Amino acid sequence: MDALPKTVDLRGEFESSGVREVLEELDHDMIGLAPVKSRIREAAAQLLVEKARKTLGLTHLTPTLHMSFTGNPGTGKTTVALKMAGLLKRLGYVRKGHLVSVTRDDLVGQYIGHTAPKTKEVLKRAMGGVLFIDEAYYLYRPDNERDYGQEAIEILLQIMENNRDDLVVILAGYADRMDTFFNANPGFRSRIAHHIDFPDYTDAELLAITEHMMAEQNYRATDDARTAFGEYIGLRRAQPHFANARSIRNAFDRARLRQANRLFAAAEGPLDAEALSTLVEADVRASRVFSGGLDSRTAEMEGKK
Amino acid sequence: MRNTQGTFSFLPDLTDDQISAQIQYCLDKDWAVGVEYCYDPHPRNIYWDMWGNPMFDLKDPKGVMMELADCRKVHGDAYIRLNAFDNTRAVESVTLSFIVNRPKVEPRIRMTRQEVDGRSIRYTHEIAR
Repeated sequence: MDALPKTVDLRGEFESSGVREVLEELDHDMIGLAPVKSRIREAAAQLLVEKARKTLGLTHLTPTLHMSFTGNPGTGKTTVALKMAGLLKRLGYVRKGHLVSVTRDDLVGQYIGHTAPKTKEVLKRAMGGVLFIDEAYYLYRPDNERDYGQEAIEILLQIMENNRDDLVVILAGYADRMDTFFNANPGFRSRIAHHIDFPDYTDAELLAITEHMMAEQNYRATDDARTAFGEYIGLRRAQPHFANARSIRNAFDRARLRQANRLFAAAEGPLDAEALSTLVEADVRASRVFSGGLDSRTAEMEGKK
Repeated sequence: MRNTQGTFSFLPDLTDDQISAQIQYCLDKDWAVGVEYCYDPHPRNIYWDMWGNPMFDLKDPKGVMMELADCRKVHGDAYIRLNAFDNTRAVESVTLSFIVNRPKVEPRIRMTRQEVDGRSIRYTHEIAR
């Protein structure tokens, strides 16, 4: 057996393992999410030190890595889970670092005996990487006695305890419902190391996300369009089923649709790249959100949009 | 008599780590891995019973090792082998097949001769337990 090293260079490890790149990517690609980023940086520091301690022979137990991400839809939970998978791979805590994203339907069967093989198949695929369970609280349905979610829960708990070297599990969902879920299944809470809450984006952050999305897809907006988008965000937030960044993405897609239709209808002669990439105020203002949302229009009028 | 069917069969039994390494090799080459078992080690018995379905979408050997552990629990005294299937065009066949579990006492193979047409000999092999 080789002699263990006496010292370890944390900075050096930080650079060479590629952790810095992942954290910088996280900082750069995801707008806002300050508490999430700081928590992940802390977790990365802890894992780096654990790894250093392992190199010096001070510890050999795998730390608990399972996590719970709570927050409203569209706040970046799946995206951050993917980044987390990359981070864990660089630090050597998971072997392959791929992300398998499932919901209750992928784990729970429809008849007796169906759940265990279904859950096992998902777990086999996820081994060596990260298993991301979205809307995890749907696994637990105490009101329906013919529900097989409990079986999936038992299997998951066992795997989370015994296969900590092979798999990291991330549960995600709304904060209050996850709380109820954990209270009903205390086994989960004790197996989860990091509870991270994803706050809603502010209006300014959503606007920044829009700009980011536009830049990525080679679109630009006129100043009026930008103002209109700012107002859109404020109005949309108040309407039901607001899904943060996802709603913004959908709004952007619809604006592009209207732009395409405008260009097509008014086409006279060749269009240059600038015309094809510019969104004007009308493309944004045409949205139903400005007139009270989906419910306030009749089906006939919707046909005209 | 030690069964020498398949790859690595002349080597001592593979440890779980070595089996994992072989599975990783198969996964790196995008081969599907399947687990099979049988109780009849006759050399002409090439079709063994499948344990579960072949695994096409795994990234890590742990998934296969889990299936293998389950198979050993149920069929601990059978021959268990792993097959790797290469699906590239014009290959489409099993490219690696090796035994990963053997019964505690391996049966002997007995050869019988049968004389036909005067002095011509026909040979058959049987498993003698």
